[in-house]
Amino acid sequence: MRAAMAPARILRRCVGMAAACAVSFGLASLWQPETAVAAQPDPTPEERYASPLELLLSPDGQKLYVLCQGTDEVRVLDSVSGRVLRTIPAGHVPRGFSFSPDGARLFVTNSWDDTVTVADTSTGAVLATWEAGYEPSGVVGDRTGKLLFVADRVGNNITVLDSATGVVKATLEAGRGASYLAMAADGSRIYATHVYPNPGPYRTPPRSEITVIDPAKAQVVDRLTLSGIAGLFHVAVSQDGRLGVAAELHPKNLVPLAHVEHGWAFVDTLTVFGADPRRLVEIPLDEIDRYFAMPFGVAIAQDKSRIFVTNAGSDCVTVIDTKRMLGFIRAHPEPFAEDLSASAHYVVTRIPVGKNPRGVVMSRDGARLYVANRLDDTISVIDARALRVVRTLRLAGPATVTALRRGEQIFYSSHSFQGQFGCSNCHIDSTFDGLQWDLEPDGFGRDIVDNRLIEDLRGTEPFKWNGGNPTLVKECGIRTEMYFWRTQNYDDLQLADLVLYIRSLPSRPNRWLAADGVLTPAQERGRAIFFRTVDAMGEPIPLQNRCSYCHSGPKGTSQKSFDVGTGKATDNSGLLDTPQLRNIALTAPYLHDGSAATLEEIWTIYNPHDRHGRTNDLTKDELNDLIEYLRTR
Amino acid sequence: MKRTVILVFLIVAAVSPVNGQVVHPARAAHAAARAVAQTETVPKMPRFRWENFTTANGLPDNHVFAVLVDGDRIWAGTNNGLAEYENGRWKVYTTADGLAHRAVLSLALDSRTGVVWAGTMGGLSRISAGRIDTYTQLNSGLSNDVVYGVSVEGDNVWVATAAGACRLNTRTGEWSLYNERNTPMIEIWAYGVSAQSDKVYYAVWGSGLLEYTQKTGGWDMYSDPDGENEIVLLKNQGLIHEITSSVSYVDGIVWVSTYFGDSRYDGRYWHNFLTKDSGLPSNFTNFVKGVDRNRAWFCTDKGLAYYDGTNWAVYRPALDTHKPEMMVSDAAGHVTKIPVATAPAHNYVLGIDFQGRDVWVATAEGLSHGVYQPY
Repeated sequence: MRAAMAPARILRRCVGMAAACAVSFGLASLWQPETAVAAQPDPTPEERYASPLELLLSPDGQKLYVLCQGTDEVRVLDSVSGRVLRTIPAGHVPRGFSFSPDGARLFVTNSWDDTVTVADTSTGAVLATWEAGYEPSGVVGDRTGKLLFVADRVGNNITVLDSATGVVKATLEAGRGASYLAMAADGSRIYATHVYPNPGPYRTPPRSEITVIDPAKAQVVDRLTLSGIAGLFHVAVSQDGRLGVAAELHPKNLVPLAHVEHGWAFVDTLTVFGADPRRLVEIPLDEIDRYFAMPFGVAIAQDKSRIFVTNAGSDCVTVIDTKRMLGFIRAHPEPFAEDLSASAHYVVTRIPVGKNPRGVVMSRDGARLYVANRLDDTISVIDARALRVVRTLRLAGPATVTALRRGEQIFYSSHSFQGQFGCSNCHIDSTFDGLQWDLEPDGFGRDIVDNRLIEDLRGTEPFKWNGGNPTLVKECGIRTEMYFWRTQNYDDLQLADLVLYIRSLPSRPNRWLAADGVLTPAQERGRAIFFRTVDAMGEPIPLQNRCSYCHSGPKGTSQKSFDVGTGKATDNSGLLDTPQLRNIALTAPYLHDGSAATLEEIWTIYNPHDRHGRTNDLTKDELNDLIEYLRTR
Repeated sequence: MKRTVILVFLIVAAVSPVNGQVVHPARAAHAAARAVAQTETVPKMPRFRWENFTTANGLPDNHVFAVLVDGDRIWAGTNNGLAEYENGRWKVYTTADGLAHRAVLSLALDSRTGVVWAGTMGGLSRISAGRIDTYTQLNSGLSNDVVYGVSVEGDNVWVATAAGACRLNTRTGEWSLYNERNTPMIEIWAYGVSAQSDKVYYAVWGSGLLEYTQKTGGWDMYSDPDGENEIVLLKNQGLIHEITSSVSYVDGIVWVSTYFGDSRYDGRYWHNFLTKDSGLPSNFTNFVKGVDRNRAWFCTDKGLAYYDGTNWAVYRPALDTHKPEMMVSDAAGHVTKIPVATAPAHNYVLGIDFQGRDVWVATAEGLSHGVYQPY
């Protein structure tokens, strides 16, 4: 039932495509009266920001390939001069790319098209566009050139394609939100990471994994379990295969967010694994009074002397002395991920770069490091020995920085006290994080709330699970300042920019709805149940017990609060805001506190008295149909 | 009148042991005359050296419901956990590891990905490189937590449960349920399933054999033409009995086991097997697994049986002495005891899988490895 993307449903630009979003939604209609700012001319869709996300160097090191997510293309630059040599068109919202083993072809994943673009590197011509899994992200080919492995963020798996034909050979179960891949230098293993935690028992530390694939067998052969980790980004392996490094977030969502003195919300860490550390160990990147948020890209020097990590929320690159790091690991057999004094023993320096540094690549001679600064359209060239930026390559694009772009920059920067975290920590790539948080200072374990998707929010007010914030201005302003940042918040202009950005976020394609919008028989049966007014016994269903009453309107919310019997003794209020249903299939777990692990559990476990809709008269078949319909919303 | 004649014939042809040999009654006269001569022309049926695993050497429980071969790795579904045997060592997965239930009733391998699916008394578990994800009737669209059978075909996992059949599309996450409301199924106690890209077959206790055609999405039911009559009046006219226990679909042939004999169906013709006219040691068959169009293994309550299309071999501890026993019967019904030193762990056999020419056998008192012995 794989549904191709419905063009009419897809806004043509994503998170990074700020200018296009502004045009699509209409700035005037987004505006809040209390947050008026001076208007600036906005770029036309043709003048979109490049938003470079990932980098590759050609085998000879002379060409720098830049994945420009904002303009749906790959720009090929002279790695020395920065001159654009060629532009290769990609699909919508490209997220990852890699070369074939011989360097003759380039594979680009198009995350909103669910396709892979195959291009000839000698001519830049697009040779083919292949169907892939749901939201293809990272991509890597095996050494024989026969198989292509693609990480699917929405599919939660690794799709194995025939490198010659694009035919799907297998689908491997990976971590939730599978996104990034790294091949060992000898080609014997592929390591895969994922951005959302794997499902686990309620109110337990999040768990993630590094999925280990044998490319020869095209099978998963191991899973390195990472306890306490949610938000796992790039992974890299040293040339000798003895050292692996993955960038990640270590959230503290089980303790009240008010506990700043107890470590607060996040630690930014690396997982180090392989023969060199002799065990799988988590090491902190932060310092006691300063945080280096959102570690994203990782590069290991060819001689293994240094590890470079981009800190996307702190606009810098952390440099680690590998020998000192390994020495510290061996000298400290106990876990030390939350001992922020540790980093002083192995962090050499932090190199300031552009805004929102993401992908990183190192020249073969180990002399230069290139960093893609996504939100100011630059590439920082770092002297890897002197450890300083020696040049900044500016990518062509709009000359002005719009309000929308400023809002996006704020969203992705760390605004909290000591720079510990920002919006994008919990809304990874402007989505969600799959976690439940103990946000407010009302006692340990009180008022637990599940994080929600923030796409397509217009018309879904109020915000918060208790419906306490009527506008995004309040949600992102006073509330955030009080409960999150613990420091001076944005000024009015910044807040206006931020709200503008968040309200501009479009809904990503729904993978469960066919391109033509026609429902399958099961979905159609489920739709009838959703809108029914009479139960299986022929009795009228009271208005408030009908699915379609609370979840009304195009986004599935009446924008009102109800008590549907799902409250817990630890909740401060029984009334809960009705969440919208857009892309509900993506956002497990469910209910206000995330206690329902799956959509099914909402009704099989948490609706014993039919207060959350009349459902106990349904057969199992009918409940399955209802869920099939909900997935299309 | 016609039925009466057939009935009388069948009663006369009742089974009787002769001089320690079990001879098909219809061929008894021929067998008696040629018994000695046959010793020189005994069919060369596969011989095994049996190595048995119990709790004494690492198995978590002696009651083994199912066995699965994945290359050099062996999976055993026991009454007390899922056991993995590799490089001479057992590793046991329990509910503490995320397994749906301690009692593992069925196993299936997705050969493309190496993922193992385990049907248990408490749901369906997916095991992949040590990670276990579990589907239950509460947290998923699974129709019932008692999972008797599981089979993988492409992106689909087909499941036989105590409340009908269901299919999980692993790509979309969609569950499709099949039961008395949308199939010819009368009873919904699905015991076994075997899925291929063209057809899917379900053995449904009391509802015979159900056939799903992938192309059309339609269901057909095959039932015993004798109805609920326990006496076989119309042999080879259809399924041997409604009380089916398992099914194996291989090379276009359906092998079906029941508690009252077994059947082979080629899409047009049926051939049934009973103790009285074949080398089957018992009509009570728990499990059947086809090798190809002509060959199959039958797991009965009185031993393990192999059928090569013509001849039969039975492997078991002798029913009386419990000493290792192998019996071969040829097309003419002559039965010959083959001297053997080892036998499967128990007569009550519940499952089998193949590892090259070796076999692995699940029994009520242990897991048995039949190491092939060349002639």
